[in-house]
Amino acid sequence: MKILVCVKQVPDTNEVKIDPVKGTLIRDGVPSILNPDDANALEAALSLKDENPEARVFVITMGPPQAKEMLRECLAMGADEAYLLSDRAFGGADTCATSTTIAAGIKKIGGGDIIFAGRQAIDGDTAQVGPQVAQRLDIPVVTYVQDISVKGDKVEVQRQLEDGYEVIEVKMPCLLTAVKEFNEPRYMTINGIVESYKKEITTWNHEDVDVHPNDCGLNASPTQVFRSFTPPQKGKGKILSGTVNEMADALLLELKEKHIL
Amino acid sequence: MAVNVIIDKCKGCSICIKHCPFDAITMENRIAVIGSACTGCGACVDKCPFDAIETIEIKKEAVDLEAYRGVWVFAEQRDNKLMPVVIELLGEGKRLANEIGTELCAIVCGEKLEAITEELFAYGADKVYVADDSELKSYRTDSYTKVIFDAITKYKPEIVLLGATHIGRDLGPCLAVKANTGLTADCTSFDIDPGDKKLLQTRPAFGGNLMATIICPDHRPQMSTVRSGVMDKAAYESGRKGEVITLDVVFKDDEIRTKILDVVKTVGERVSLTDAEIIVSGGLGLGSSEGFELLKRLADKLGGTVASSRAAVDAGWMDHAYQVGQTGTTVKPKIYFACGISGAIQHIAGMQSSDYIIAINKNESAPIFEVADFGIVGDVYQVIPAIIEALN
Repeated sequence: MKILVCVKQVPDTNEVKIDPVKGTLIRDGVPSILNPDDANALEAALSLKDENPEARVFVITMGPPQAKEMLRECLAMGADEAYLLSDRAFGGADTCATSTTIAAGIKKIGGGDIIFAGRQAIDGDTAQVGPQVAQRLDIPVVTYVQDISVKGDKVEVQRQLEDGYEVIEVKMPCLLTAVKEFNEPRYMTINGIVESYKKEITTWNHEDVDVHPNDCGLNASPTQVFRSFTPPQKGKGKILSGTVNEMADALLLELKEKHIL
Repeated sequence: MAVNVIIDKCKGCSICIKHCPFDAITMENRIAVIGSACTGCGACVDKCPFDAIETIEIKKEAVDLEAYRGVWVFAEQRDNKLMPVVIELLGEGKRLANEIGTELCAIVCGEKLEAITEELFAYGADKVYVADDSELKSYRTDSYTKVIFDAITKYKPEIVLLGATHIGRDLGPCLAVKANTGLTADCTSFDIDPGDKKLLQTRPAFGGNLMATIICPDHRPQMSTVRSGVMDKAAYESGRKGEVITLDVVFKDDEIRTKILDVVKTVGERVSLTDAEIIVSGGLGLGSSEGFELLKRLADKLGGTVASSRAAVDAGWMDHAYQVGQTGTTVKPKIYFACGISGAIQHIAGMQSSDYIIAINKNESAPIFEVADFGIVGDVYQVIPAIIEALN
């Protein structure tokens, strides 16, 4: 069995702070990480490999050359091969154009029986690229997957809903997007880290994956950023003082005066 | 839109690097270089003191934009009940349709849809496209994508709005690829450009640190998903009528590639945080799941509901269904009590439109106090009982 995992390197948005004076982002020291949902996707693939040692796990990403660090981490966790799609021509891509490039990379690898992706990336939160890659590869997709069992040439998965889940059967090849409830991603092992440096990370540009510069990156993105701005900060309110009971009374008085309660 | 550095003007001051939300700019030989992480957001353009960064328009092959008319709302139903977000989308869709001077339409897939169709008219739809078939009873990616894509191809809407539910976020991306158009996720506000009537779609980016207005200038339809609880509900006008357009539904063998074997409900009733007027929410500062029982007492007293930060969900104290924030639910109650919640931006992004925010936290420098209307520095386990007592 051949399992592909689509991953993304993202800035750790939990570490981002706003400069209270200028209202701008403080980026210094913000680490780049493997997108959390993608770590669950990779764990799902590696667990299948644990059950079925002949399985091969390939990771693929699109990004700048620095994304190799993240791919190295994936190899150290247990992935067999890593592929980086990196080209200035891929830059500025929206989800639509990103999915074209990743689908082209997957075709070049020769496809997979199961393609995992994270539900969404924390820098954009769109949850679009996974299902869009599936559309471009013309394979079925199940999003929000929280459990899987392989049954012959099919897989049975749990698809998370707002108030429960569905059990869905789908034939391979298929694309599944993983939620964090799926599993607990494993750590890299010392041995894995050592081994990862012996492995080659394959880097492909637009010619390698046979995508014309007009069909990827900014040129092929239907959506454009018209403008961006820092959200207006809500002004700081009133800090109440006194004993606990005085503060509780003061709060209720304020709420009653404003006719909120 | 893309950005370009005018090499002659760049002084290598690095100010743009600090302001780039995507870490896309580097300095090479004291000249700013825009890297592949650039999204063309333009944040650097205004910040450059030397006007050395400009935006450049990219010319694209034009689609016949004039052929596309009407605002469509995907009327998502589950068990033949409309999802609450649909009514909000109809409210917002009506406003957009009026501003453009076009009609508001709903598209609904399912089985036995007469009652829902009437409801959609009552909530303001001028036309309802109905795909009624036993194969469409429950949502499946392939069946819904095919039927709605065929309808988009035939009837050419200029705008398609979907709820950012687990279904809308599955369907939207698939439709966008098929229709070769863009899709803007989780929009929080819309405007119509007064000049060319295009849709301006504003959404939080980068964990809510930055707002971005997205356009889809050369492709149609313009597609967006919207979270529930963000837009105002449409007014209900009993007996209002409209035009029904019945869609042909034909599937080939094996065209629907997934099969639903079972549906399991894990939450007793659907947690309706978006409808709650008062929310008492707890975070890691509660220290244990028992803290939520205390919050529940206050919530019950006020006729509200309890909710939780992501940290408390991760700690296993609350179900994900109760989570408020970027990866949970967006809420805008009248009163939001944040108890033992430090106020990570992802959390604030999901509750900052509440009318009144009351923060209770031991740590006086917790960021939650920056957005709170009223702050109480103190122990939740003392403050909440005191509030309950004061209410009595």
